Amino acid sequence: MIQYAAIVLIVLGIYGLLTNRNVLKMIISINVMEVGLNLFIISVGYVTDGFAPILSSVHNSSALIYVDPLPQALVLTAIVIGVGTTALGLALAKNMYNKYHTLNLDEMRDE
Amino acid sequence: MKNFLALVLVLLLSAGIIITLQNNDLFPVFGEAQVVNRVSDHYITKGSTQPIIWGETTDAEDGAANIVTSIVVNYRSFDTLGEVTVLFVSAMGVALLLSSGRTSKRLALNFKPNFMLRVGSRALFGIILMTGVYIILHGHLTPGGGFPGGVMIASSVLLLYLADDEFRSKIKGFKVLEGVAGSLYVIVVLLGLILATYFLQNFLPTGTVGDLFSAGILPIVYILIGLKVGSEISGLIDNFLTEEEAA
Amino acid sequence: MSLVDIIMIAVGALLIILAFLALNTKSLIKSVILLSSVSMLSVVGYVLMKAPDVALTEAVIGSGLVTALFVFTLLSLTKKEESK
Repeated sequence: MIQYAAIVLIVLGIYGLLTNRNVLKMIISINVMEVGLNLFIISVGYVTDGFAPILSSVHNSSALIYVDPLPQALVLTAIVIGVGTTALGLALAKNMYNKYHTLNLDEMRDE
Repeated sequence: MKNFLALVLVLLLSAGIIITLQNNDLFPVFGEAQVVNRVSDHYITKGSTQPIIWGETTDAEDGAANIVTSIVVNYRSFDTLGEVTVLFVSAMGVALLLSSGRTSKRLALNFKPNFMLRVGSRALFGIILMTGVYIILHGHLTPGGGFPGGVMIASSVLLLYLADDEFRSKIKGFKVLEGVAGSLYVIVVLLGLILATYFLQNFLPTGTVGDLFSAGILPIVYILIGLKVGSEISGLIDNFLTEEEAA
Repeated sequence: MSLVDIIMIAVGALLIILAFLALNTKSLIKSVILLSSVSMLSVVGYVLMKAPDVALTEAVIGSGLVTALFVFTLLSLTKKEESK
């Protein structure tokens, strides 16, 4: 089920970060890890046969069974912060390529 | 050798995580979370003893029909202030890293877009902009809110960048809009401190649950956040697509 | 096993396979496209777990913004390479 898939995604992201030497591949591994983490946080608050936490004309009372809304609010913040981190990492990678003419971390140490 | 060590470490970590969470009292089985025992129960019932009915309850503690919106902007709005700060710092960092001096032009590529593409994308730009504005305005009634709406506005600007070869948006206007929206958000936050008892309290009256003009300060805050995020990400896209003028 | 359970298991298995392929290929543009498809599959996971706010935000950001930034970086890298 989805919780096991989320844990495997986190662990795959850590493995990719440890073994790749290309800077862009490292940023892609961090993004894969963030996708797995957000899936895991939302799966903590799932209630079977619960409704989405929005009052509307169909579910119009607050006494029905709703899914937990607090992890969804936390993940909303986490997704936006992931975008900020990725943008800053890509700008750094572009400047690295302009200076060293390679994107491999092993070849950058010689200068 | 390094690959093999990394594989062993990663397998140990995953086994540790799964065994710790397997038969724990504190971690519920998937699908059987007891919401009544958590703090989210206060957010759903909004602190009153009678159930909240859509379209009839007036003067509730919060007034928004979307419970996730009321958590993000009203009950836990300090986290949203921190998130806006993080986005601002990262956009400023990108602008400082990729600045290219006084003379800058668009990144010159090998292919030139067609005339039909350049003209026809203006129609699509209007539709995407309208969808973004709708999602921002109805953030307290339907899913969405300020953050996806602002990114949709930036997506419409991205479409214009992709379809036209010589398009450069007015960067000065975007920076001024972003600064004004961010300062207004902090001013609204401080007004809650002056007019009412504590930081970020809802100081406008909340109408019935389900109207467009309800939930006090929520739509105003989301409009400011949407404008700020939209102009920030448009500036980010422009920074990625410029290069120095060849001397 | 209802239909929702079967779809959940299929989405989980596909997520693991695509993420593993995204980290192991040699060409960079294939990695970026596979990352974008991992984001899109996670949106299906969010909808199955009844979280519409998060699904909307991740769909807009994962498909439009992050993929575009990666492709712009790759474009400026290859352009510098062939002009040397």
